[in-house]
Amino acid sequence: MTTTTTAARAADAGDAPMPSPADAPGPRPRFTATARGRYAVAAAGLVLAIGATFLLDPYRNYLLSLAAAYVCATAGLTILIGRTGQLSLGHAAFMATGAYGFALTSNALAEAGIEGPVLLLVPFLVAVIAATAFGTLVGAAGARLHGPYLAGLTLAIVLALPAVTSTFSGLLGGDQGLYVRTERRPEVLSAVIANEQWQAWVALVAAAIVLVLLAQLGRSPSGIRMQAVRDDTAAARLSGIDPFRVKVQAFAISAGAAGLGGAVLAYVTQAASPGAYGLSFSLFLLVAVVVGGTGTLPGAVWGALLLVLLPEAIAAVTDALPLPDDAVSRLDGNLAVLIFGALLVVIMIAAPRGIQGALVALRGRIRSRTTRTTST
Amino acid sequence: MSVDAPPARDEASPPAADPLRLEHVTVRFGGILAIDDASLAVGAGHVVGLIGPNGAGKTTLFNVACGIVRPRTGTVRVMGVERPRPHRLTGLGVARTLQGLGLFPGLTVRQNVMAGLSHGAPGAAAGLVGAPASARFLREAAERAEAALARVGLAGAGERMPEALPYPERKRVALARAFVSEPRLLLLDEPAGGLGAAEIDELAELVRDFAGGERGRSVLLVEHHVDLVMSLCDRIAVLDSGRMLATGTPDEIRDDQAVVDAYLGVDVDGEDAA
Repeated sequence: MTTTTTAARAADAGDAPMPSPADAPGPRPRFTATARGRYAVAAAGLVLAIGATFLLDPYRNYLLSLAAAYVCATAGLTILIGRTGQLSLGHAAFMATGAYGFALTSNALAEAGIEGPVLLLVPFLVAVIAATAFGTLVGAAGARLHGPYLAGLTLAIVLALPAVTSTFSGLLGGDQGLYVRTERRPEVLSAVIANEQWQAWVALVAAAIVLVLLAQLGRSPSGIRMQAVRDDTAAARLSGIDPFRVKVQAFAISAGAAGLGGAVLAYVTQAASPGAYGLSFSLFLLVAVVVGGTGTLPGAVWGALLLVLLPEAIAAVTDALPLPDDAVSRLDGNLAVLIFGALLVVIMIAAPRGIQGALVALRGRIRSRTTRTTST
Repeated sequence: MSVDAPPARDEASPPAADPLRLEHVTVRFGGILAIDDASLAVGAGHVVGLIGPNGAGKTTLFNVACGIVRPRTGTVRVMGVERPRPHRLTGLGVARTLQGLGLFPGLTVRQNVMAGLSHGAPGAAAGLVGAPASARFLREAAERAEAALARVGLAGAGERMPEALPYPERKRVALARAFVSEPRLLLLDEPAGGLGAAEIDELAELVRDFAGGERGRSVLLVEHHVDLVMSLCDRIAVLDSGRMLATGTPDEIRDDQAVVDAYLGVDVDGEDAA
């Protein structure tokens, strides 16, 4: 009975909230690949995803790039919420930090005549460092805040973004933001692939890096510390864990991932503007995490895909319907918000653990049914 | 070993040698005087019980020792360190259980115990990149956690979730987490709460085994189960309304009329209820 309960719990949690160490004695749990194994799986997945870009037209490759950028942010956010229980309504601000960090660095390097891999890699690095540093500051400020107070702090940050860009309009371009001069696809590939496909490759690599690193984090001593702090702060403290440090680290790592996502967006769209990282976008990220399955990396991927694909699917449906043009234009954008909200309500009722939780539960039911069939 | 202050000591056992020493501690919560000039020392190799009626301030004094509650006045030294912060305790060789179990429901039983080894574990950067040090620590911590679980009679339960275990076994998990770091000072907050007679006997055996296994290991326990305290401890301190009412050996405490009146009471046959 207990074994069933444990398995069911792990299944419900969506790929187990905190898998056990790979080399632990006793029965080996699922999802216990070693670091080398995880890198190999990620590399294989990346190769497949890159291969799939050859099947997509430039626009769909562009959408894939957006989804990969969102994966970075939702993966970081799901770790923060799911593992340490810290709610952030302001992750768009960390994405904006990464986007502006990328834009400023890329433009400065381009201005200095630098090209090639340096023009590609250094801005990404600066973006991650800037977002991580900002996340550390916010994390330190919010480490002793809980629930609505922490949410309020992060909300204030994302609301302040337009004011910051306006105040420093000479540097950040005000409301219009910055145009980003980036490195296009390498010369040797120009005859083979479109620039959108190259951007999709870059975005996929960024998303793969984030997913692998965060997966490793969840299976490390740090992952255990985070879960302990989330579950019982007093007991965690008496177990030798410094909750303040753990919370700040989680915020910094989460913000760094979001910053990389913002940098990918800036790279793909060649723009960094405050309008792209507003409150509604920040809330969309949060909803995507919840709908996908809080605390699970596959859930973060589902949520990011929804963010990109849902508006596209709705646009396709409204275009196909015999609606007047003004109705289509009114529905465009608004309907996606409505359906996303409705989807959130439906999923929270039908599958409180999100899409990933529902899929894992379904897989468990199929397995148990198969086992029963085989045994009879 | 001594309880209460100022204890009479010989030159060979200076106060600094005590793993735990609280002197003239006063704690106020607003207008309420929770602890009133209480002193308590736990010497190396001794098992000390802290008893008293509900609301006497036992857990508050425990929390002062752990750095969770800051005293208004008085000194607190744990393993020779003045008022260490709670998350530093395991690094000093101190482990504590909580009255309410304090298990982590999102972690397996083994991981709950492994959490007791968090002090000195590799940092987040090592975890992110999957550094060998991180994997090595997990492997060693898992082995030590399994050993601690076996010690409390829960071998093979490592993969289960805490909520899947009955309450007495969850208590054992909490105890295993305290044991896993091989502390020099063990602080037990009502370890017998919710346990049956047979389980209390087993608990007593575990604590005896811990304290007697190696020279110099000390235990301080807060407990309502007087039989357990009397059988387990070599010194007992009685707290009443925040003041230290009496200290002494179990026999001395049993015969102390003030303690009998305030806490132990008299049974219907006219004998002191222990």
